[in-house]
Amino acid sequence: MKYFKIKINGKEVKVKQGQTVLEVARENGINIPALCYHPDLKIKANCRLCIVEIKGKKGVHTSCSTHVEPDMEIITDSDVIKGIRKTNLELIASEHKEECGDCIKQFDCTILKLSKECDVELNRFEDRKKNKKSLKFGPSVEFDASKCIDCRNCIEVCNKQSVGFFELQEKNGMKEVVPTKDKDHDCIYCGQCILHCPVGAIEAMGEFKEVEEPLQQKDKTVVFQFAPSIRTSIGEEFGMDYGEVVTDHIVGAIKALGVKHVFDTSVGADFTTYEEAKEYVENLESGCLPCISSCCPSWVKFIEFNYPEFIPHIATTRSPQIILGGLIKTYWAEKMKIDPKNIVVVSVMPCTAKKYEIRRKENKVRGMNPVDQVLTTRELAFLLKHHKIDLKKIKPVSADNPLGVSSGAGVIYGASGGVAESVLRTACSLAGNKNPKIDFEEVRGMEEIKVAKVNICGKSVKMAVINGIGAARRVLEEMKKDPCKYDGLEVMACPGGCVGGGGQPIPTTAEIRKKRAESLYSIDKKKKLRTAHENPIVKEIYEKYLTDEKKIKEVCHTSYRKKKREVKI
Amino acid sequence: MKKEEIIEKLKKSELTGRGGAAFPTCLKWQLVKNAKADKKYIICNGSEGEPGVFKDRFILKHFPEEVINGIRVALGTIDKSEAIIYLRHDYYKKFGKKLKKLIGVSPITLFKKTGGYLAGEESVVCQSIEGGTLEPRIKPPFTSEVGLHGKPTLVNNVETFYYVSKIQKGEYEKTRFYSISGDVKNKGVYEYPVDWTILRILMESKNLPDFDPTADEIDFFVQIGGGSCGNILLPNELDTPATGQAAIIIYNTKKTDLWKLMQSWVDFFYKENCDKCVPCREGIYRIKEMVDKKSIDKEKLANIHMSMQKSSFCGLGKMATCPFKDVSDKLL
Repeated sequence: MKYFKIKINGKEVKVKQGQTVLEVARENGINIPALCYHPDLKIKANCRLCIVEIKGKKGVHTSCSTHVEPDMEIITDSDVIKGIRKTNLELIASEHKEECGDCIKQFDCTILKLSKECDVELNRFEDRKKNKKSLKFGPSVEFDASKCIDCRNCIEVCNKQSVGFFELQEKNGMKEVVPTKDKDHDCIYCGQCILHCPVGAIEAMGEFKEVEEPLQQKDKTVVFQFAPSIRTSIGEEFGMDYGEVVTDHIVGAIKALGVKHVFDTSVGADFTTYEEAKEYVENLESGCLPCISSCCPSWVKFIEFNYPEFIPHIATTRSPQIILGGLIKTYWAEKMKIDPKNIVVVSVMPCTAKKYEIRRKENKVRGMNPVDQVLTTRELAFLLKHHKIDLKKIKPVSADNPLGVSSGAGVIYGASGGVAESVLRTACSLAGNKNPKIDFEEVRGMEEIKVAKVNICGKSVKMAVINGIGAARRVLEEMKKDPCKYDGLEVMACPGGCVGGGGQPIPTTAEIRKKRAESLYSIDKKKKLRTAHENPIVKEIYEKYLTDEKKIKEVCHTSYRKKKREVKI
Repeated sequence: MKKEEIIEKLKKSELTGRGGAAFPTCLKWQLVKNAKADKKYIICNGSEGEPGVFKDRFILKHFPEEVINGIRVALGTIDKSEAIIYLRHDYYKKFGKKLKKLIGVSPITLFKKTGGYLAGEESVVCQSIEGGTLEPRIKPPFTSEVGLHGKPTLVNNVETFYYVSKIQKGEYEKTRFYSISGDVKNKGVYEYPVDWTILRILMESKNLPDFDPTADEIDFFVQIGGGSCGNILLPNELDTPATGQAAIIIYNTKKTDLWKLMQSWVDFFYKENCDKCVPCREGIYRIKEMVDKKSIDKEKLANIHMSMQKSSFCGLGKMATCPFKDVSDKLL
């Protein structure tokens, strides 16, 4: 690697060959605004905000697309730059209707922040999109065209997911970003578009009223559960470090909202692991392979819509939040002598597709939805901020019993490879392996496709662990040609798994996903209890409650069906 | 003729690109020639899409053999290369047959242009031939390094190849072709020295309108370069050479409705720009808004002009505001 020196605003800095001026500036604490730039995506240089001047070169240059050269001298804040940046921001603001009052980004809005920094008149040009409609993608995602600045990040990230739900369309002489009407494409609700939208034009469908109202109703019992990956991400919303572990802070903060019962979805994950491991072992014996993971609802929807021929291979085991919700409304309700109809279960999830999952009819328990509302990580943070609750300062509290203590296996569910590792730990035990392996390093990390070879029941099992739907599609295409290529697939729709989920704090980048995942593994490493089937509450519930196949099926299993396009535009 | 010799001749001739950007031709050739690749492309750009510019059409009609010869010179200079003549739809129809006959067995093919005005920009030409989105590419890398199908590519205008041929034959006399139109008696294409002033060109071609230099009101104004993005000059500003694509369009002040004229320009850009970058997409939208309402906010226009000229993604956006700014400054 070649290093050399350049100057930014008169300050000498050391740089690596191949870096862009924007990267170098940000590394050195020099703030250059950039809206269409995201480290996950290709350089587009559309927004023209990151412009700089370079000594000896004519004109202005976009720092996102300009690579450093030896002895370069960069100016990021000349009067010319400031003037152009101000106009360009004013033009961008004219595409973005300011409805700040009910916008979830109000505490952290890029446009508002930049407009202060750059002395911008937000309404210098009339909002040209003010009459554009807001479009709903199922119960998960809302695209407010009146706020879209046409940066095209959503198009690129959706194409990267191989979903292709966004496109450019020309309307009255102006090209704009729209969801496609093509019936061969449907949204999988993964929410990656949200994570990559710089201005909050795409957001999760937040139902704050539905969450807050039952808290005031005396006859309702509100129960919260929170997903594995939240504990290493939500701190970021309150100025904490990337990946900081805040499990008990979350419980404390939720309780400060007036919620009495807070359970840990990782306990639900332990049940998912146990059931899925049983399915694996059974399928290995019967030869019905491959076995495909089912806890990512975007992935399930993707198969149901695009590859229905693989439906028989998806594990019927329900996802952790659905199983835990089911147990709350059956086992726990009976134990507490509460009419389950008066229980409102709210899940805090890193995910927008979880809002869709709770509405799937196949997931009902005794006619009830196991979970009533889903808040994303961002939405819980918003709710807390709205109630002036600072998660950073809150007194940590442990999750409630009996559904509050999980194994380490239940925690790593939040990272790509976590489900596979948890299931392998338990499956090896169930199959009677001597000294079953606990650490499966080969399925950890941020690589798109990871492969593990494990010996279960005397058979060599080849498992592929995939994150990102684009890579998953490639693997499915390979499996169509070579059905025996893998015996099992774990797929998470989002990069890095749930730590990079569509409901997670913004920004989310490769570096941040990695930190969140590493923290999850550090929790697992510290735990004594690291396998799902050894969790005392799992054992107890199987002994006392999930005693027959009917009950197990009712709470823990689901079904799938071929789908036509669901999103209506 | 040796390869280095022709590049040396191009250098001596000081020939610059006649597509409007006036980049030194010898430099472009040198870059593509020196680039390391297993395959290289030469594109003769005959996309001529701006109103008021019709000199490439004139050249293709009258001197196609010179153009083909110019391309052959490039083929001989740049190793492992093949050439494509990228032609406007109607030019393809009119001149295709003749060009094919002249090409014979040379590795030169014809390509019918897709898209509009922007598809004349050299990276968009590559996109067009590849069947990609008709939007300019990020530079660097320049087309000379990474062009068509990712290979080093020389893109020169029809007129540039014409003059390459002349230079090779030792017949170049530092002239260029001027498209003269508008309220003139002798509309047409004229070949004059590159350094002649507009005034001299209009006089020589007998196109200079009668006017009274002492009168307060001006009788005419001129658009220079191209009929959409060209600068506006007043009668007392014509003592300068023509720039850009060397179009000279005369407007009789009495006969010209300035708002209609600006409307035609802005409608052109509104239709032809690609809407990729903020300043051009939103800037043109706001200028159109002003022109539609027949009310120019001079401060806003000045800011948009500055922003587009300096920070647009491609040449279209960088040039588009010039005539509006000029009309606003000089005529409104």
